[in-house]
Amino acid sequence: MAGLRVWLMDPNPTSRRQARLGQFWLGWLRLRRNPLAVSGLVIVGLLLVVAAFAPVIAPHDPLAQDLSRRLLPPGTPGNLLGTDDFGRDILSRIITGSRITLYIVGLVAVTAPFLGLLIGTVSGYFGGWTDAVLMRITDIFLAFPRLILALALVAVLGPGIENAVLAIALTAWPPYARVARAETLTVRNSDYIAAVRLQGAGVPRIILGHVVPTCLPSVIIRVTLDMAGVILIAAGLGFLGLGVQPPLPEWGLMISSGRKYLFEQWWVSTMPGLAIFIVSLGFNLLGDGLRDVLDPKSAPK
Amino acid sequence: MTDISQPGPPSRVAAIARRIATEGATLVVTLLGLLLMTFLIGRVVPIDPVLSIVGERATAEQYDAVRLALGLDEPLWKQFAIYVGDALQGDLGQSIRTREPVLEEIARYFPATLELATLATLFGVLVGVPAGVLAATRPGTLADQVVRVVGLMGYSMPVFWLGLIGLLVFYGMLGWVGGPGRLDSAYQMLFEFEVTQYTGMILIDTALNGRWDMFANAFSHIVLPAGLLGYVSMAYISRMTRSFMMNELGQEYITTARVKGMPEWRVVWVHAMRNVLVPLITVIALSYAYLLEGSVLTETIFAWPGLGSYITNALFAADMPAVLGGTVVVGAVFVALNMLSDILYRVVDPRAR
Repeated sequence: MAGLRVWLMDPNPTSRRQARLGQFWLGWLRLRRNPLAVSGLVIVGLLLVVAAFAPVIAPHDPLAQDLSRRLLPPGTPGNLLGTDDFGRDILSRIITGSRITLYIVGLVAVTAPFLGLLIGTVSGYFGGWTDAVLMRITDIFLAFPRLILALALVAVLGPGIENAVLAIALTAWPPYARVARAETLTVRNSDYIAAVRLQGAGVPRIILGHVVPTCLPSVIIRVTLDMAGVILIAAGLGFLGLGVQPPLPEWGLMISSGRKYLFEQWWVSTMPGLAIFIVSLGFNLLGDGLRDVLDPKSAPK
Repeated sequence: MTDISQPGPPSRVAAIARRIATEGATLVVTLLGLLLMTFLIGRVVPIDPVLSIVGERATAEQYDAVRLALGLDEPLWKQFAIYVGDALQGDLGQSIRTREPVLEEIARYFPATLELATLATLFGVLVGVPAGVLAATRPGTLADQVVRVVGLMGYSMPVFWLGLIGLLVFYGMLGWVGGPGRLDSAYQMLFEFEVTQYTGMILIDTALNGRWDMFANAFSHIVLPAGLLGYVSMAYISRMTRSFMMNELGQEYITTARVKGMPEWRVVWVHAMRNVLVPLITVIALSYAYLLEGSVLTETIFAWPGLGSYITNALFAADMPAVLGGTVVVGAVFVALNMLSDILYRVVDPRAR
């Protein structure tokens, strides 16, 4: 263990991998000092664990209805967070719902940056007309209000979880394209790119093999920071009935189903909302901390 | 990029004219793109526009007549040209539910949204800017941490859930504020008949008419949704203020001012603030634009008859002209606000001129 630490902290790394891992280690040390970022990390970690073991952790079947036990308050033996209007256990539904949230977040986190990276790097690498046209398109998408565009897209595609993901991804890519383009512009004329080009590498190889990896770190930070927003938009679509469909335990949908009982049985809406809040707070805290660590400009002196 | 070798008015006028021309071209292209997008969405949507007008039981002749009247037999590019031409003349089509022009309906719904967003932004600025300055002048202290966490919480809160909790606590349990809607139902009729509607914004109209009882009632209804939306915009504004202010306070001219013995409040609020204001204008404009659209969910919760409610209700009634018309208007407002903040930026920051 001690040997590993010395190897990581070695000021004269002997291989590229050692240097990179050493950088990670230093970043981790800085992140660890920030209590807010660590709590964010813990929340996101908990979400992963809960989602992975949902069927084991959930005390009840999230879809099992029991009309004799409907709208029980929190603290009822056997139903820690109470039950909803169909007598389903709210805790079990929240636990199972974490899988849906993670599924949506995961899919958006893969598709939107992919699209953004592609458009941003191509735009930055070629410049000229390609750049002008692609950036205009990006601006138009940026000018479109996100939630309303997502609403209109879902109206076209029809409600459902995959369509919600698609709509969110189609509204989420422009910032990544901007970031990727900016990074590409800084490396486009660098010597190592020229060297690769002189060795005869084609454009796809240069972009995918050499430009994209340079852009990845800054895009990853943006993605982490955006995840909370994605969770909120997905929950908003679910709340409006345009995302995940019942009886699936999506958190936004659960809030909306509790609206009728808001003043008498407040917990039906409150509990899933708390879950959304805690998880997106976790992503925000983590993203915030990551930016402090990875962006030397904003790091405290 | 001012040309130093030839100072004087002519080159500057030319530069400004050139900039206006480029900005204008950008604006036109962006708006065209916006229209193209709504046009395409309207074409791909699996709702037959003819069928939704003539109904299921129409004969083939009636169907064809409407199809011709809508210009759906033309090639796609021509349809788009007609669409753009109509939009430029303020014709965004007819609502399928009410058969009224979409733009007229939107004009009726828009003031409610504008009123809500304006009040919320006001709240966000009045609380967010001092909070951000407080955090920036005392970095690492408890005050800084509190501002940071309260801000991050605003970022993480599902705004529709916050609205429900707000209703539950302040309306249901404490009874401090009015419930959903813009007025109590008793006042709603009175407002329609006894108040001259100059602006469509209740607070302004009732004040102009001297109906202070109604003003108070309207205020008790708007204060909760505006406060909650304002919290979200405050989160953003305070965070940005903090980071801009921190950056400014590290500059040398601040040290000079301090060394001269200038009182600290003057250093912060006069010298640093003047430079913080420049990027802050963009931030405030952005959050204002965001509120104009972000109120979709809040309006649903608070039964607020604004643009957001209009669009969502139209969506559920499969009234595509209304949905797309609303989208175009919101998008255009968004673009206009962005442009306005760009211009203001240039006015405030001499370097950008």
